[in-house]
Amino acid sequence: MAMTPEDEKRRHGRNRAIALALAAFVILIFVGSVVKMTNGVIPQMDVEIGR
Amino acid sequence: MMSDITYSSDEGSLAASRQASAGDYFALLKPRVMSLVLFTGLIGVVVAPGGIHPAMAVIALICIAVGAGASGAMNMWFDADIDAVMERTRQRPIPEGRIAPHEALTFGLFLSAASVFTMGLLVNLAAAGLLAFTIFFYVVVYTMWLKRLTVQNIVIGGAAGAFPPVIGWAAVTGGLELPAWTMFLLIFLWTPPHFWALALFRSGDYAQAGVPMLPVVRGEKSTRRQIVGYSFLMLAASFAPLFFGIGGIAYLAGAVLLGAGFLFIAFMLLREQEGTYRWAGRLFGFSIFYLFALFALLPFGPALMQAA
Repeated sequence: MAMTPEDEKRRHGRNRAIALALAAFVILIFVGSVVKMTNGVIPQMDVEIGR
Repeated sequence: MMSDITYSSDEGSLAASRQASAGDYFALLKPRVMSLVLFTGLIGVVVAPGGIHPAMAVIALICIAVGAGASGAMNMWFDADIDAVMERTRQRPIPEGRIAPHEALTFGLFLSAASVFTMGLLVNLAAAGLLAFTIFFYVVVYTMWLKRLTVQNIVIGGAAGAFPPVIGWAAVTGGLELPAWTMFLLIFLWTPPHFWALALFRSGDYAQAGVPMLPVVRGEKSTRRQIVGYSFLMLAASFAPLFFGIGGIAYLAGAVLLGAGFLFIAFMLLREQEGTYRWAGRLFGFSIFYLFALFALLPFGPALMQAA
């Protein structure tokens, strides 16, 4: 079924929202991991494993 | 995959299908409920003893908000037939055919898993476990089981909305200590008068949908009496945090004044003539303000009493 211009607009909006949500999720995991490493919860290779 | 499948209810095919917008998916998360959950979760984080890295606090709150939203999406999936009949919920994305039920379910399941795993991975297992249990409780125990079965649906189901401050607390301490449950108790006892006030002026809606809400099953008089009864219990529970070292003089003053206001409206509602809902509407509105204001006062000032 062909999409109307309005449908196209909504699909673009959804795609943007998914992209933003994914980017936010990546940032969240990254920041969380950095904080845990800084606090010594996750061992840092160079410090605790030794390299 | 996001499609344009039309949802059909017993009343026949609903609105013409169209591509769902991002806003439709956001509406599945019940943003207004999410805001209250987020706020009480934030207060749980703030009043918990000990410290938490600000980034971790933000992550915990995002997980709580997303978990609550996921529960809302799955609630809308299961209750699509009820929502299509009720005036208040007819405009939701599934009854209007903008989002197919299975898409709402997938969306909710995905967000539930993402929020619980992220909480467990980055914050701690106690908070993640309680978040998972809260989602389970709201979706399975309340939505699928109690809501259509018993007149006590929102009394027991109200527990789901009461967990967020405990989750926030657990995110900081890593445990489920007793003081956190005083905040749980307050929301738990606040829920019946809040929802029954709404149910009073929406009883026709609930009756049509076959949901056994108190005004539909027991009538208006009994509902108004029970609202007053639960308001007294809620007022008593509002002082409980003070005995566990949560809340200062500002909270005590707020609990007294706001509680008096709540009781006054509840009594006016009791005296109101059957079939008129002016005070029911006022109680519903005031109850939202009451909970926001009371929780907002919890972190202020030195604690009146030391934790037991």
